[in-house]
Amino acid sequence: MSDIRPGTKLTGAQALIKSLECEGVDVIFGLPGGAILPAYDPIIESPIRHILVRHEQGAGHMAEGYAHASGRPGVCMVTSGPGATNIVTPLADAYIDSIPMVAITGQVSRAGIGTDAFQEVDITGITMPVTKHNWLIRRAADIPTVIKEAFHIATTGRPGPVLVDVPKDVLTETMEWFWPDDVDLPGYKPTLKGHPKQIKQAANLIASSQRPVIYAGGGILKARAAEALREFAELTNIPVVTTLMARGAFPDGHPLHLGMPGMHGMYSAVTAMQRSDLLITLGARFDDRVTGKLDAFAPDAKVIHVDIDPAELGKVRQPDVPIVGDARVIIEALIDEVRSDHTGDDAVDRSDWLETVEAWKTDYPLRYTQEPGGPLKPQFVLERLRDLSPADTIVAAGVGQHQMWAAQFWHFTEPYTWINSGGLGTMGFAVPAAIGAKVAMPERTVWGVDGDGCFQMTAQELVCAAVEQIPVKIAILNNSYLGMVRQWQELFYEERYSEVYLSPDLPDYVKWAESMGCAAFRCEHPDDVDAVIEKANAIHDRPVVIDFRTDYREKVFPMVPVGRSNDDIILGPEEA
Amino acid sequence: MQHHILSVLVLNRPGVLTRIAGLFSRRGFNIFSLAVSPTDDERYSRMTIVVDVESAPLEMITKQLNKLVPVIKISHLAPDHSVEREMMLITVNADLEQRSKVIELANLFDAQVVDVGTSSMMLMSADHPESLDTLETLLEPFGITDVQRTGLVALPKLGTTPRQLRVASASVTGG
Repeated sequence: MSDIRPGTKLTGAQALIKSLECEGVDVIFGLPGGAILPAYDPIIESPIRHILVRHEQGAGHMAEGYAHASGRPGVCMVTSGPGATNIVTPLADAYIDSIPMVAITGQVSRAGIGTDAFQEVDITGITMPVTKHNWLIRRAADIPTVIKEAFHIATTGRPGPVLVDVPKDVLTETMEWFWPDDVDLPGYKPTLKGHPKQIKQAANLIASSQRPVIYAGGGILKARAAEALREFAELTNIPVVTTLMARGAFPDGHPLHLGMPGMHGMYSAVTAMQRSDLLITLGARFDDRVTGKLDAFAPDAKVIHVDIDPAELGKVRQPDVPIVGDARVIIEALIDEVRSDHTGDDAVDRSDWLETVEAWKTDYPLRYTQEPGGPLKPQFVLERLRDLSPADTIVAAGVGQHQMWAAQFWHFTEPYTWINSGGLGTMGFAVPAAIGAKVAMPERTVWGVDGDGCFQMTAQELVCAAVEQIPVKIAILNNSYLGMVRQWQELFYEERYSEVYLSPDLPDYVKWAESMGCAAFRCEHPDDVDAVIEKANAIHDRPVVIDFRTDYREKVFPMVPVGRSNDDIILGPEEA
Repeated sequence: MQHHILSVLVLNRPGVLTRIAGLFSRRGFNIFSLAVSPTDDERYSRMTIVVDVESAPLEMITKQLNKLVPVIKISHLAPDHSVEREMMLITVNADLEQRSKVIELANLFDAQVVDVGTSSMMLMSADHPESLDTLETLLEPFGITDVQRTGLVALPKLGTTPRQLRVASASVTGG
């Protein structure tokens, strides 16, 4: 559908696919059905690759994984009714983690809307609170304009998901093709450049601070600001923490990196924030999992808060210097300001502070013990997986203990190598997100790190991966429990375990994976870990699943119990 | 009640009211009253929203409202710098004996008699909300059978500049 002149008569369906082509879409994750049927016909001629998922939720998370890995908006297309409601979870996930995503849903014909027609739901109504914006298209002639607006809104400002609902008879209606040059959205004008006066004030605060910490959030990655962040940190010699959403935004192993803060963060990162006198907050949002008990969080710290979303400033913690704008643009402006002021690292002597945080890193590392005879520890599996896979491997996690261990034990040295569901905490995210990432970055190794509970929620997408030849690799840390819930019941409910036991053998993960067209292995002993990982890393023609049987007693530490101050951080099982 | 008046210019499109109402409920902000009407420009509608600021700081409410794509402009109307009116229709019991007393009260408050029945009357008044409150209180002894109020509408007083709370631009939130 590439050579279509303006004014050519097209159906709404043809205009929709053509509009997606004009937006540069190369992949759609989707599953057809009644109301969206007309849109699936022009896909046959389109250069856009369509990936047929096995459940619409998979389409949504694949679109997210694609967007995480590439920075380009992920696109999914599903039918009306249950097809549409099945992508509500991915939309909510993308909304809270600010992932650019465009969802196209079929809708019943215009005359049927409001009549409780077959497979009718009010999906624009349902998704209003979990999308940046959504549209119900009422005329085929509106399709190009709406699609252009949809991609513009999804990808600019604070990125996020949008949804376009298209009635079936709009898809079959005829329109005269055109492609708008620009969008006309008088109510949507994101601010990119920070206010110069605020940037000056921020630089002054930085120059006079004794114990500053850079609190880097997911906004660094959204703004493609990792390089600028590194330059800024090195110029000012200020230590950095990277949140769960920002892992990879600043290299692990860098002398200024204190690790991940929060409920399962490194002691060094958590405590540096607590003792800090200035939090330089860049694209982070003071999430409750980072702050712990809010009124005990970083009590002595002044706050510089940089965010592209004005509504984040003052939402949780009142900033001393609020700056609205794009993280990269503002960090670069801060670098210029600091340079011109000669208030770089030699302005204030912070050697005591740097020595203190360095000592915390050395004195309170992550720890676990792998006994040579077993049982197999999940942390050991992750360390071996990390060390035996290429440095630029992309890791996608589900939600729970395995996610926290992956965030802690992987060494992220490059941005866009860590994909997870941070805000919503969507179990089952790993498998489809890994598939989406592999589609976006086919030359990279993609490991999904999953729990046995999570795997059972979305594993069927491995059929899609096998059929579509998307060779992702999945490591199941199978401890036969809903592990994080078990951990909370052990620690906070007097070991009264309620509805958390799954089973190590039911289902048989190896047989299941093989039946879905994957290579599959089981590993139960520490001595076998390296061999099985090397075997998996050597397979490039189909997906691989490894069922690692890990110790169910292992818990995630450090841990700040929910509702407690970050000062009450528990370092290990002996303190719990 | 601590309240603020927001005059919100929005695109005149289906579903905009739902978006605004949904935002208030989702973020836990309370609406005291809300009035919607077309403007002289058919592309836009104006909503006059009276918000209970004890539920959330006004700044958070305006920042969240500004994130809605159809919201074009938000003005905070300070009571001292704006003209506020609300309309009330009220039906009271008024048989032959009481009728003249009700009319007397209506005249006192510049209210109009808009309908008369055998044993009741309907009055209409467009005034400050406080005056409507007083009229309502004074009519109570007659026996009120129905009241309908529109909620407040307001515009800035002429010759003064309303305080703009357009937070999408850095110049306001950025200081």
